[in-house]
Amino acid sequence: MPVAGRAVLAMILRGRRPNLLRRPGLMTLAAASLLLLAVALFAACADTAPTVTPEPTPIPLILVAESGGDTTAFTTTRNAFGLSARNLDTLERRTFAVGNSFFRQNWVTAPASTEARDGLGPTFNALSCSSCHLLDGRGKPPDGPDDGERGLLLRLSIPGAGPHGGPLPEPVYGGQLQDRAIVGVPIEGEFIIVYQEMPGVFADGEPYSLRRPTYQFRELAFGAMNPETLLSPRVAPAIVGMGLLEAIPEADILSAADPDDADGDGISGRVNMVWDERKGAMSLGRFGWKSNVPTVEQQTAGAFLGDLGVTSELFPEENCTGPQEDCMDAPNGGSPEIGEKRLADVVFYTQTLAVPAMRDISDPQVQKGAQVFVQAGCAVCHTPQHTTGQHEIEALSNQTIYPYTDLLLHDMGPELADGRPDFGADGQEWRTPPLWGIGLVETVNGHTMFLHDGRARNLTEAILWHGGEGAAARDAFKALTKEEREALIRFLNSL
Amino acid sequence: MRKRLGIFLIASVLGGLLALSLACAGEPGTVEVEVTREVEVTRVVEVQVAPDAPNVQELKSDVVAHYANGVHALYTKSLNSATAMDTAIDIFLADPTPATLEAAKRAWLVARDDYGPTEAFRFYGGPIDNEEDGPEGLINAWPMDEAYIDYVEGDSGAGIINNPDEFPEITPELIESLNEEGAEENISTGWHAIEFLLWGQDMNEVGPGSRPVSDYTSADNADRRGIYLATASDLLLVHLGDMVDAWAPGANNYRADFESKDVEEALNNIITGIGELSRGELAGERMTVAYEARSQEDEHSCFSDNTVADIIGNARGIQMVYTGDYGIVTGPGVMDLVAAVNQDLATRLDGEIGRSVALASEIPSPFDLHLRETIPNSDAGRQSVLRTIESLEGQTDSIVSAAEQVGITISVS
Repeated sequence: MPVAGRAVLAMILRGRRPNLLRRPGLMTLAAASLLLLAVALFAACADTAPTVTPEPTPIPLILVAESGGDTTAFTTTRNAFGLSARNLDTLERRTFAVGNSFFRQNWVTAPASTEARDGLGPTFNALSCSSCHLLDGRGKPPDGPDDGERGLLLRLSIPGAGPHGGPLPEPVYGGQLQDRAIVGVPIEGEFIIVYQEMPGVFADGEPYSLRRPTYQFRELAFGAMNPETLLSPRVAPAIVGMGLLEAIPEADILSAADPDDADGDGISGRVNMVWDERKGAMSLGRFGWKSNVPTVEQQTAGAFLGDLGVTSELFPEENCTGPQEDCMDAPNGGSPEIGEKRLADVVFYTQTLAVPAMRDISDPQVQKGAQVFVQAGCAVCHTPQHTTGQHEIEALSNQTIYPYTDLLLHDMGPELADGRPDFGADGQEWRTPPLWGIGLVETVNGHTMFLHDGRARNLTEAILWHGGEGAAARDAFKALTKEEREALIRFLNSL
Repeated sequence: MRKRLGIFLIASVLGGLLALSLACAGEPGTVEVEVTREVEVTRVVEVQVAPDAPNVQELKSDVVAHYANGVHALYTKSLNSATAMDTAIDIFLADPTPATLEAAKRAWLVARDDYGPTEAFRFYGGPIDNEEDGPEGLINAWPMDEAYIDYVEGDSGAGIINNPDEFPEITPELIESLNEEGAEENISTGWHAIEFLLWGQDMNEVGPGSRPVSDYTSADNADRRGIYLATASDLLLVHLGDMVDAWAPGANNYRADFESKDVEEALNNIITGIGELSRGELAGERMTVAYEARSQEDEHSCFSDNTVADIIGNARGIQMVYTGDYGIVTGPGVMDLVAAVNQDLATRLDGEIGRSVALASEIPSPFDLHLRETIPNSDAGRQSVLRTIESLEGQTDSIVSAAEQVGITISVS
């Protein structure tokens, strides 16, 4: 990726940085300071450390309470992820209410008297969107074999590529293990998670322990899976601000990509080009743990089919494979099971869930943590600020937002790898997840399990799992004093 | 329009240079942190009297105190009429006839009218819906999957009642523990469970459900059905009684905490309650979803066709909190507070809230008539529903503005 420091400096000198532009006095100060810093930096490096890598990347970090621009909701209750974008008009709020209902309530087996919501299954993982994205928040892995928690599912594939370059589904079990089914149809199977503790120590001697998950299938209904099966566990992320991420101009994402690490900073950042069902063409991936989905609509319709077994115009075929005869023969809830209008309502709802405001920005510890965040290199991938372009929903357009992501793929090393390619993403690459709202997950969902499979039991463990391109930042974190680590966590919890 | 106060924090040039020398030795680079502090001015408002003037501050305390009186009075009234319903149910179960069943249904309808206004006391984590033990989900959860409790058309063996092997004894503890177990629609307790056991499924296009008396005499599991109905009714009284206790004056209870906390926070709770009920819950969840999806399952009291009365009850609850006139007790309400800083807005909002109650009262019953696929949007009934939705939405914007006038910022759906 380009050296952010240079890029930002150039932008400031050309006077194009909108946030600073609003405050001419501050802009001058910032520009002057950065100029001095940059001059000093290049001079210092040239004189005293000609061979040093990586080059420092001075990224200005601006702490603004309104993380989602004008959409931001100022609330810290258990419903902190559930409010509509504050700048929606009355008719849009009405659409939001309908979408909310179809997101939250359970679907039932067809045929049923509750016709608006029949069509569950035949196989499925959950009865509703909200059973995994509880209160629009984040899911977590089950605590044990008997925990009914719905927040993690297993994607399946075998080596090779599917029709549009995506994963090639397991021939019998399909692209995802459905561990529930309607009456009369067998569940595909179940899984249990076994954790292995891996102790470590910080530079200051404080010990920690990480838990590494492995997955074991049980009660597979159709016999053993293909021996080459690749699996990828995925937890349900919080879904605030999805429409804002969708509105980030494609050019901005592309310009941050550095697939071959041309600038030699150890951070690549790759775009995942994926199949766009609506366009019938390849598109830039933005959503999913591997940037494997291009739009909120496709993510929503894909989840309706894969997770609930509800067909839509975008995905009209039930997710039964040929060998699953009972699944193929089960009655459906109409074709499609969720109509175009209802799906659009749920998509609108998902696009317009407000981002909660950042908190405590005047707190010295939060500010200290923000400095540590930049110094440790976190902000290189967790890009703090973006400006949205034009979106079909006017409320999402032209907003200055703070999602802390570049939406790009990064090699996160073998420890976090799932080994399962997904379009252009290889088995070690993951998308930088946005961090906004992360400090409210505990309030909303009552847990602090992070990363794609919820293996991290808190933010500290999540940072410690970073490998590959994130290894330098992780090592920087391990080298911090306890006070600095606490400040960093406090900063993250203020997002 | 938001005004921003900027505090600019930047690593000083000196500090920056220090950091840089470290950076070149392989340490992380420099940092600039800017902090922008938000000032909560979300729109320009013409305030005639400052919201922190001494007389206004005093009025705020009076409004909070009277609100607590009103809450206690309404929950007490609701408990009383629910107790009368419980008696009518006992009489019906002792002697199941069409007449005693009708009397029990009438008692449910009367009691339901008294519960509706109390929903204005939700949405701020008070006794009714706090995250730890608020009984709202046990009292009034909906929509319910009726097959979770009892038989439905096409499945005569459905439900807890018809599964004695799995649930040998129907007790308050059992049905309370089964509520919302496994799925949000798995409702086993509260108003709508009782409603279903009295009316049965609504298969009638122009009227409510018509459960036969034989369900409680000769039908399969008639005894268990009777025990279930009596148990659900008893449980409702327990939960309503808890609300009365939580708001009783002069006790060491939630009300004591409510009245002693920061008056601005208490007012924020009060206004958030009516704001959220007005648009997100009533106009949105209870009306728009059913209106748009045209689905009977989304109307509130679908078995008894009492949905229009439910809507009126909720709208009246908003009016009571706003005006301070709870019928049984009268005193300073939110309106008086708003009037102290902006009389015009106070009067206008009073009119809007009154209009919503009037419009809701004009909706032709039963509500599900307006949800049928064949009815065009131009139909007078659907127009009536839509007008009420629009009125509730409009008053919500005014409620948010009124809150701003008295120095309170609320976030509602």
